[in-house]
Amino acid sequence: MPGDTERGGSTAIRVENLSKTFDTAAVLHDFSLDVRAGELLALLGPSGSGKTTLLRIIAGLDFPDAGRIVFGAEDATRLPVQQRAVGFVFQHYALFKHMSVAENIAYGLNARKRSERPAKAEIKRRVGDLLDLIKLSGFADRYPSQLSGGQRQRIALARALAVEPRVLLLDEPFGALDAQVRKDLRRWLREIHDRTGQTTIFVTHDQDEALELSDRVAVLDKGRLEQVGTPDEVQEAPVSATVLKFLGDTIEVEAIAQGGAVRVDGRLTPVRAPEGLVGPIKLYARPWQLQFAEGGEAHLHGVVRSSYRTQGRQRIEVDRPEGKTVVVEAADTNRFAAGSPVGLRIIGGHVFPN
Amino acid sequence: MSETFAPVALAEARPASVVTEGRWIRWLLIGIAILFLALFLVLPLLTVFAQAFAKGFAAYLAAFTEADAHAAIRLTLLTAVIAVPFNLVFGIMASWAIAKFEFWGKNLLVTLIDLPFSVSPVVSGLIYVLVFGAQGLVGPWLLEHDVQVIFAVPGIVLATIFVTFPFVARQLIPLMQEQGTAEEEAALTLGASGWHAFRTVTLPNIRWGLLYSVLLCNARAMGEFGAVSVVSGHIRGLTNTLPLHVEILYNEYNFVAAFAVASLLAGLALVTLLLKSVLEWRYADEIAAGARGH
Repeated sequence: MPGDTERGGSTAIRVENLSKTFDTAAVLHDFSLDVRAGELLALLGPSGSGKTTLLRIIAGLDFPDAGRIVFGAEDATRLPVQQRAVGFVFQHYALFKHMSVAENIAYGLNARKRSERPAKAEIKRRVGDLLDLIKLSGFADRYPSQLSGGQRQRIALARALAVEPRVLLLDEPFGALDAQVRKDLRRWLREIHDRTGQTTIFVTHDQDEALELSDRVAVLDKGRLEQVGTPDEVQEAPVSATVLKFLGDTIEVEAIAQGGAVRVDGRLTPVRAPEGLVGPIKLYARPWQLQFAEGGEAHLHGVVRSSYRTQGRQRIEVDRPEGKTVVVEAADTNRFAAGSPVGLRIIGGHVFPN
Repeated sequence: MSETFAPVALAEARPASVVTEGRWIRWLLIGIAILFLALFLVLPLLTVFAQAFAKGFAAYLAAFTEADAHAAIRLTLLTAVIAVPFNLVFGIMASWAIAKFEFWGKNLLVTLIDLPFSVSPVVSGLIYVLVFGAQGLVGPWLLEHDVQVIFAVPGIVLATIFVTFPFVARQLIPLMQEQGTAEEEAALTLGASGWHAFRTVTLPNIRWGLLYSVLLCNARAMGEFGAVSVVSGHIRGLTNTLPLHVEILYNEYNFVAAFAVASLLAGLALVTLLLKSVLEWRYADEIAAGARGH
């Protein structure tokens, strides 16, 4: 389980009060985050949340207007990209088209000053090891144009690992790949990480990818850090409606809180409100936190609009009288005809102030 | 056997593609195009060679043995040897800056780079006369220091650089813009210096587009007439380039020599055309972004 692996715990990278503005639009506001040594951290957020900018600032490809980047004990804020020793993997691979796979992987080693450059045989050995690691041993003499997207991204990763970076940074690494390849590569990246223990930060807008792959998830919104925690923590105890909504489909219902109890349409729900939260509030439930129920037990009523099957379950869209449509997930047993009236009972969820 | 005939029958039964014209219209259009090409391109080209050899091979060769012709060839080569590398370096620098960075006044720079294409070459030449001429802005000062620009080789080189200014930059800007900066950024994160990244990543990515543009730039540098004619002063053996030499010979009714020298330029054009076609055929993808811009 990704969430269970506790590594080191010492801080590898400290992001302190970072601010960045492009033209007039602020992309990062007073942003702080600690990255632990050896962890696989996901930066999760919608497009425009500032996650890629943050990654590029850590890499040294962009510079902040204010704030600091600290690598270990070294202030790296003004350190040029070449001296940061980061491995960066781009969404569209950015492989060198005119170089073979082996030349691509060896690029960082060959770019070093003569005095620091490993011997030819040593470079060759390192390239061979990395090709083994990414399971593309027979591909040394191929060119990027002869490879599939998934293979190219693996080469890009090997190329970044070749320089033995302090931190590996991946910008939407699977964003350009199709669904099946994505899933395979995710698992593969997790394996590589478990084997190398390389501190890794990756940017994604895909919740499943972040939750499946990472030790910790940092949820970003509008240039601010909403929450950082293990995948379990952010899912079980989201700190805001924004985090909750971004982590998956939600149903939003008006509710009343009083003395910890939460009522919807006058009926008690099993959801508890934290102390101090009273009066009209919002209750958020996942599609599987609603059940079909008869009259007296139902919190909500509506009319079935449509239903479809997905992977052994069914999802039913229910139109509520106020005009909102909610999605309910249920076992794929009873099918509901469009137009039939149904009652829904809330069996779980989170509450936040209006 | 019947199977082999079936598709043919089907093809005939199927109506022709909606974007295809009837057979007569097609042949008519193709015929007009070929006739036009023959009349305005092939016939003049043949005339050049026919006139050049009108009095036999010996007379043709004689046109190249006189000293003035030698001087004209030397000056044309010298001009190209200076102007082409200059525009190569400038073109790469300008397109690098325009394609990979955002800065104030970028659009203005792009427009300025295009200026020589939109200005008549004669005007280009006059600009240099007005600036560097004896009555010009800096001309008198230069003369005091014994530097002659107008009616001398420096003027010819400057005018040639001006008119061939846009070739390399215009070809490379769209190509570099299309390629983006990701590969360079990847090189930098891998520890490469800016110069190393340029040499090992940027340059190989633009090499065919660059060669293509240098070819066109060279053809224009050697063939330029208008701008050079204004600044040259037509001093035989000193400030005559090949195109100017052709004009002088022609004006003196020395048709064989005029066309013989012209055939040299025509030959250069044909070689350029051939190399250009080879590049387009072989490396279409790598010069495509630029080619679309033309």
